[in-house]
Amino acid sequence: MNSPKSDLPNYKYVGTRSIRPDGVDKVTGRAQFGADVSLPNMVHGQVLRSTIAHGRIRSINIDKAMAVDGVLAIITAADMPDIERRMVPLGEQQADIRDVADNVMARDKVLYHGQPVAAIAATSLAAGAQALELIEVDYEPLPVVIDLDAAQADNATLLHDEQITMTMAGPVENPVPTNVAFYMPLAKGDVAAGFEQADVIVENSFETATVHQGYIEPHATLVDAQIDGRTRVWTSTQGPFLFRTLIAGVLDISVSELQVIPTEIGGGFGGKLSVYLEPLAVVLSRRCSRPVKMVMSREDVLRASGPASASRIWVKIGARYDGTLVAIQAKLEFEAGAFKGSPVVPAVMTMFASYKMEHLLLEGYDVVVNKPKASAYRAPGAPQAAFAGEALLDELALKLNMDPIDLRLKNAVDEGDRAVYGPAFGPIGLKQALQAVKSHSWYDAPLAANQGRGMAVGFWFNVGMQSSASVRINEDGAVTVVTGSVDVGGSRASMALFAAEELGVPPEKIQALVGNTKTIGYCDTTGGSRTTFATGLAVVEASRKAVIELRNRAAMTWELDVEQVSWQNGQAIDLSGSNPPLALAEITAKAGHTGGPVGGDAQINAPHAGPGFGVQLCDVEVDPETGYTKILRYLVVQDVGKAIHPSYVEGQLQGGAVQGIGMSLNEEYLYNADGVLDDPGFLDYRVPVASDVPMIETHLIEVPHPPHPYGVRGVGETPIVPPMAAVTSAISHAIGKRVTQVPMSPPRLLSLIDGD
Amino acid sequence: MAKNHVTASINGQQVDYLCDSTESLLTVLRDQLGMTGTKEGCGTGDCGACSVICDGELICSCLMLGVEATGSKIETIEGVADSDGLHPLQQKFLELAGLQCGICTPGIIVAAKALLARNSDPTEKEVRYWLAGNLCRCTGYDKIIRSVLAAAAQMRGEEIAVAGELTV
Repeated sequence: MNSPKSDLPNYKYVGTRSIRPDGVDKVTGRAQFGADVSLPNMVHGQVLRSTIAHGRIRSINIDKAMAVDGVLAIITAADMPDIERRMVPLGEQQADIRDVADNVMARDKVLYHGQPVAAIAATSLAAGAQALELIEVDYEPLPVVIDLDAAQADNATLLHDEQITMTMAGPVENPVPTNVAFYMPLAKGDVAAGFEQADVIVENSFETATVHQGYIEPHATLVDAQIDGRTRVWTSTQGPFLFRTLIAGVLDISVSELQVIPTEIGGGFGGKLSVYLEPLAVVLSRRCSRPVKMVMSREDVLRASGPASASRIWVKIGARYDGTLVAIQAKLEFEAGAFKGSPVVPAVMTMFASYKMEHLLLEGYDVVVNKPKASAYRAPGAPQAAFAGEALLDELALKLNMDPIDLRLKNAVDEGDRAVYGPAFGPIGLKQALQAVKSHSWYDAPLAANQGRGMAVGFWFNVGMQSSASVRINEDGAVTVVTGSVDVGGSRASMALFAAEELGVPPEKIQALVGNTKTIGYCDTTGGSRTTFATGLAVVEASRKAVIELRNRAAMTWELDVEQVSWQNGQAIDLSGSNPPLALAEITAKAGHTGGPVGGDAQINAPHAGPGFGVQLCDVEVDPETGYTKILRYLVVQDVGKAIHPSYVEGQLQGGAVQGIGMSLNEEYLYNADGVLDDPGFLDYRVPVASDVPMIETHLIEVPHPPHPYGVRGVGETPIVPPMAAVTSAISHAIGKRVTQVPMSPPRLLSLIDGD
Repeated sequence: MAKNHVTASINGQQVDYLCDSTESLLTVLRDQLGMTGTKEGCGTGDCGACSVICDGELICSCLMLGVEATGSKIETIEGVADSDGLHPLQQKFLELAGLQCGICTPGIIVAAKALLARNSDPTEKEVRYWLAGNLCRCTGYDKIIRSVLAAAAQMRGEEIAVAGELTV
């Protein structure tokens, strides 16, 4: 089933590098992002944030602040509904709507430094800022639970007095209040018996830091709440329909009162699946009967929007001398931040999904601490898990004196194998990707002193879920495609290519747009690497309906049965040969006389998303004097199913890899003992810059995913999974010591080299 | 607070505006003049999304006060294309997918324009170091660098480098 590339269908438009429909707006500065939209009579909202990381709110006094000239409204949790606990879908995960509400505005207790405690609307930012300083909050400080150890210590201070440990099957036995919110075991076979069969056993413990998605556009929203209850919300979001659900849930109103209009989005990576400002702006806009705009500062973004979980993972692997894996055991502890729901569940499920094995016990723990609530970040949980699992496999290969790719090939899953978490895989390209790296010229390139090479495998499930699309054909034959999927990385180009291929119309005649919650049917979020797969499927279905309609109109014109009319290259063909072809524009020009406008709509729930496997190779050079690690070469190979627009597929691979390089070498939240973030800016929280990285070589493997008409599988998340293991294994080989902690910043590397 | 009356040239047009002494040029551009093509990513000069050219120098407009622009010639992303069409940089960013979300793109195109004004034939390394003050979180920089090199080549009248042909 693993078709070589030459067997793939020969498409006319799909697979070409067309110009993206939104491109000109974005290179000329015309594209409207969250902070770029304004309305007449608009005022400015701002947030007062907690100055301590843990404590009870005794009182909040707004009297002095309200007296400031220009202040129109001040709200606290007392002005927001006290809602019940209830789980709602949050992208690829779930969220407790009560937690969402408390994260948007603290009620009774503050759980992290920077949590909102009040919000203000004023006619100018200056007046609002002046008033914020006059709001008096009286806190009763509580001990700060700063990390996994503090949270799980005997007699640990509890963040949530009522919280007990839950599992997939309900509460644990004899539950007691705890900071451990969730326990997730994944077991197969008999792990103790498995280790007895092992010839070689390796084990180690790995730590990752809290990191941020680092989108360049801060959160921003503009809300216009009308007197009759209709409320329009412009916002930078990965999911307008999800935000509609969350805002309605937090404010206890009907979703239909809200029209959520997604602006262009300046990066998300999972971090724009959570509401922060929007419910506050709705309440403020209602209070002052004027549109309210709220924009986070970069400091607010880093202090109080979704970072990715810090983790500690202990793992032990047993293998035979020939490299066959026989037993694996691991304990994964993830910081959830202030509210339950770290991605430890997908971490457990993905950690060894790439390999066959008999005996396995992986145990995940979701632990709350006094830090901002962790949000999804590109393949949530998988990068941390792969760091530990793949780095230890690298150690195993060393111990077995075996090539690390051969070790993976020996154990890699293939079509028909069951994933450790249950389902059987369809056609997948993991082995091809491994072979492609092994046969790449870089794999045998000579290395000099202080240089090292590392490779790692990554896996992500990808998802399908609900999507809607509308295809409209204009009188002149040009086409408008509308979906409800926010376009973060060029997906409109892919939507245009699907419609182009189906309709036989060149992509430049297709305008692909993103609708809002009142102009297009429901769409799940842009997350889970689902947009090109699932929303693409909706566009294909909608286009096919339009083609049927076009054939009907031609049949009507020719007075033939529709079965006698085919659609090829953008024109209707009379199969009997009695009539010359009828071009699209000729049909639509007369549409008013043949039954009205032509188009097609599709609303789908796409099942069977195609899993994504990738392999990355990294060469580094370390400077033993400074501890600086230079990336010499970086190769990303991935089974992408079918690259609809290869440039944007390559871009996903390159961007994901460089985010992972940042996690590996630089990026890290630095908290002081009071739970205050010491690096809330891009100067100190240092994401990779252009001079930090080389060109990122990509190689696309295309193993079509059968349930999708074009073979698409999700692409965007898998590439962030392997980098931490690939980079740190390369460093480990360069210095002759195993790296078990990231980021491997220069001081940390010097300390490791020096052995303290 | 009394406002300051400022006269400056923005994209070749004389512009008058009133601003507080504390307002940045970025705030003036975006909130007073409605020129939202210049973006704010950090407000502290660390991300380069607000890059503009002031009297020939590339600057972060978040670090310059609106009043300091008195008598200056400011060039923003809105002035990069003209009525004849897109600038070669803009064209190459489109052709070579030098953007994903696009929030950093205005700043990067302005910064790259400033580079090419002083160095018409930069090496890959020179482009990387020149753009080191412009953060992009989506692309991993690869296609941005290729776009700039290709635009430079086109502006020199040379054959255009094709994606994939550059080596590390």
